[in-house]
Amino acid sequence: MNNRVALTGNEAVAQAMKQINPDVVAAYPITPQTEIVQFFSNFVNNGQVDTEFVAVESEHSAMSAAVGAASAGARTMTATSSQGLALMFEVVYIASAMRLPIVFPVANRALSGPINIHCDHSDAMGLTNSGVIQLFSENAQEAYDNMIQAVRIAEHPDVLLPVMVNLDGFITSHALDILEVLDDETVKNFVGIYNPEEFLLDVKNPISMGNLDMYDFYFEHRRQQVAAMEAAKKVIEDVGKEFEKVSGRPYGLIETYKLDDADMAVVLLNSAAGSAKGVVDELRAKGMKVGVLKPRAFRPFPFEEISTALKGVKAVAVLDRAETFSTLGGPMFADVRAALYDLKNDIKVINYVYGLGGRDLRLEDVEQVFNELDEIVKSGKTDKVVNYLGLRE
Amino acid sequence: MTSGVGNPCNKNFGQGRRTKAINSDLPWKELTKAGNIYEPGNSNSYETGDWRTLKPVWNEERCIHCLICWRYCPDASIIVTNEKFDSFDYKHCKGCGICANVCPAHAIDMITEEQQPLKKKEAKKDE
Repeated sequence: MNNRVALTGNEAVAQAMKQINPDVVAAYPITPQTEIVQFFSNFVNNGQVDTEFVAVESEHSAMSAAVGAASAGARTMTATSSQGLALMFEVVYIASAMRLPIVFPVANRALSGPINIHCDHSDAMGLTNSGVIQLFSENAQEAYDNMIQAVRIAEHPDVLLPVMVNLDGFITSHALDILEVLDDETVKNFVGIYNPEEFLLDVKNPISMGNLDMYDFYFEHRRQQVAAMEAAKKVIEDVGKEFEKVSGRPYGLIETYKLDDADMAVVLLNSAAGSAKGVVDELRAKGMKVGVLKPRAFRPFPFEEISTALKGVKAVAVLDRAETFSTLGGPMFADVRAALYDLKNDIKVINYVYGLGGRDLRLEDVEQVFNELDEIVKSGKTDKVVNYLGLRE
Repeated sequence: MTSGVGNPCNKNFGQGRRTKAINSDLPWKELTKAGNIYEPGNSNSYETGDWRTLKPVWNEERCIHCLICWRYCPDASIIVTNEKFDSFDYKHCKGCGICANVCPAHAIDMITEEQQPLKKKEAKKDE
């Protein structure tokens, strides 16, 4: 039976980790670590999980220990946020290249400098090219559900890649939210027993992992990673359908909200999608045909699903909670705009960078975006492609 | 878990399982996943001897067969037979010179590849 509970995003993720009961969790226990690891270490201390908890001296070491544990054949997790993810950067690339199914939640927070600890997607966007699968979560429920599905996605033999489960720092991670948790048995059966096909501690089948790879092999192995990412799209959808059967909650690569007949749409990640849905309801009541597209997976990038979902709209605003400093807007803008290019149907695509360093995205801000899209649809002209939302001009 | 069906590089696990199947003519789908090697002791087939700029040479008359060089060699390139110094494994010796440095009898000289080993007569002069 499903249970409705009130948990913070951090508690919800820790709860999912408890029910998954991984073999090894390696994590740095100090700032910028989230409470996820603190709650989980309580479960370890109280004997509620069988996990070997490794408290390491940095996030670089956390992911290194996770790489070691996963290579050895353990179901492995870590967790971090912000600067911690930045410090982990080097080893994340190694984890994905070694094709290790490490699952790690990330409470998305700004990167310094200037020093800031609040919600922002700069940390996750720094690792979009690292070869990890990136799932994004609108609320505590999705963070909880994504964690459980992430295990199955990561460990799928077609995929074998790390999965980063993103949730908005503070907005989701620290705010109390109502969600339905599955019972322990359901989660246990859903994630199943991890039987890696090959692992270092398999003494009967010796294996060398993480080998030197020169110019005559590196390129081919990189191509294999791309194939794994391509395969991950179907796996994410399949696991989502299977998860719906046990939870009643559907999951795919993207979520669309009132997009079918929409003329205007916003594309955004994580908690901001919730705000946008509220604004869409209000504007729909006023007769505006508006909708929301929320990518759940950002890597692999579901470009086909996005271009199909947006092919009927006239104007799109992509909202990025991160800056690229390319001077051509945020990271998701570049990808969404590229996905729409082949449609050749003159959809106006503009970008808004918003909410950096934890600045709130207010409902009026989203309304302002839709009003500006409305102007673009009416005039057929785009004045400014890259815009800043909620910035003091 | 069974081998995947959707991912081409995992389908070929059977072919790529043995290290012999790894060679630089194979297309990406046929190479082992992530460059994993399924054969123990395979570093033996990776020859590092051509990294060398200086080559160790053994002076048999000075050698006291203490085998300190054998213990210090980071590449296991000192070959010992019947508990006595036998020869260098030049296929793997990188020419680091540690053996020459630790030798208490000064029985190992580092020379360039072009130089001939010192003749026995010349070596004796130093005594």
